[in-house]
Amino acid sequence: MLLIACPYCGIERPEIEFRYGGEAHIARPADPSALTDGEWANFLYFRSNPKGVVAERWRHAFGCGRFFNCLRDTVSDKILAVYKAGEARPDLAADEAGRGA
Amino acid sequence: MRFSLANVALQALSHNSGWPEQWRNAEPKAAYDAVIIGAGGHGLATAYYLAKEHGLSNVAVLEKGWLGGGNTGRNTTIIRSNYLWEESAALYEHALKLWEGLSQELNYNVMYSPRGVMMLAHNTHDVQVGKRHVHANRLAGVDNEWLSPEEAKAFCPLLNVARDIRYPVVGAALQRRGGTARHDAVAWGYARAASARGVDIIQNCEATAIRRDASGAVSGVETTRGAIAAKKIGVVAAGHTSVVMAMAGVRMPLESYPLQALVSEPVKPMMPCVVMSNTIHAYMSQSDKGELVIGAGTDAYISYSQTGGLHIANHTLEAICELFPTVRRMRMLRNWGGIVDVTPDRSPIIGSTPVPGLYVNCGWGTGGFKATPGSGHVFAHTIARGEPHPLAAPFTLDRFRSGRLIDEAAAAAVAH
Repeated sequence: MLLIACPYCGIERPEIEFRYGGEAHIARPADPSALTDGEWANFLYFRSNPKGVVAERWRHAFGCGRFFNCLRDTVSDKILAVYKAGEARPDLAADEAGRGA
Repeated sequence: MRFSLANVALQALSHNSGWPEQWRNAEPKAAYDAVIIGAGGHGLATAYYLAKEHGLSNVAVLEKGWLGGGNTGRNTTIIRSNYLWEESAALYEHALKLWEGLSQELNYNVMYSPRGVMMLAHNTHDVQVGKRHVHANRLAGVDNEWLSPEEAKAFCPLLNVARDIRYPVVGAALQRRGGTARHDAVAWGYARAASARGVDIIQNCEATAIRRDASGAVSGVETTRGAIAAKKIGVVAAGHTSVVMAMAGVRMPLESYPLQALVSEPVKPMMPCVVMSNTIHAYMSQSDKGELVIGAGTDAYISYSQTGGLHIANHTLEAICELFPTVRRMRMLRNWGGIVDVTPDRSPIIGSTPVPGLYVNCGWGTGGFKATPGSGHVFAHTIARGEPHPLAAPFTLDRFRSGRLIDEAAAAAVAH
């Protein structure tokens, strides 16, 4: 079971308090009727499904109830960063470089 | 050497020292007519039918680990064809018919055992969905019948049909021709039969890149054991399909989830059939070795870790203990996870891709084992002819664009 730190509540809680929300940063197209069928399918169904770092949404369903985003390594399942909805995806490589310097 | 009574007797005289290896451990050649990526059941079956039915034996099957070491060796070996829609029922029924003659076809005992698969209903909704499946299946010529709780109890005496449990059994759908087979034997049998027809099975050989020529068509694959040229590449990589397809720049409508299973200590025969429950996420059968084989649900999140959260298995065991109170004090020997590639409509993708020469067979999600022979059969046709087998035609990648989805979320039987 994952331990997830909700960025709103600021505490680590077990995974069963949360609902998974799938891949993050998939914005609903501003003008859906302008899209081709292929572009619409890409929005609805096609996912990056990476073996490595994924940005994903979680909702603290049995806590504050809010959506937030998470960077997780899909091989080790280790959570690398959590951040609030609407914030940009953290640059892990830059963080790493900053720590090294 | 064929397996026959005469050969078994003959080899017994020489203390079974004369059996040859079952398949050649091939070295990669520089070029093949077709390369299959992934030596699980589906990939090996594809290679076998390419050689047998389409005369294409200059074929390599690449495997990054060992043959049958992925989901083929990790699943709970359940076989059934009681899917809802005509397209799916036809595809899975095609597979079931091949299962019925597979041991003879391969001259290898895959231990197919049609012991019956019973799917439980626990509430009004389950009854409605279950009966709808029964009627749809019977119209499609697939055997499926509705049982009362008492009839379900008669078919599986271990089952607890008390009315006062949390999820009482209020009915069940039974497919008598469903059952189990020995998962490893399926991989080994196909490997042996394909190898005998000239197919090269290359283990410990991971695809690292897919090469394309100036026109964009595939021209070969780079591997950890050197480059291999091929005009046709079939990707049968289950949970890693997104990763392999990304090598050719193709994005897929797939998400990879860990799916868990566990087995108990071995006991004498007690469980005569397969029992599944979609609603409380549990299914159980007994292997010929005596272990109770129990399948759980998927984790909530995508992962390639080949392990799942303990709370998922725990949840399943709670349901198992209620449905089968007699197993409450048994010990579980092992649990493990496999990575399953799930499509939005829970139906597989079999066919061509936007890249010429690149074919994909994936998206079997939580229930691909039952389809192994049929999947390989229709995929071989698709690769050899360059056009889909009639049974595979509805299962294109393009259906996500056209909207012709084949929604089998209810028949897939594992909660996602």
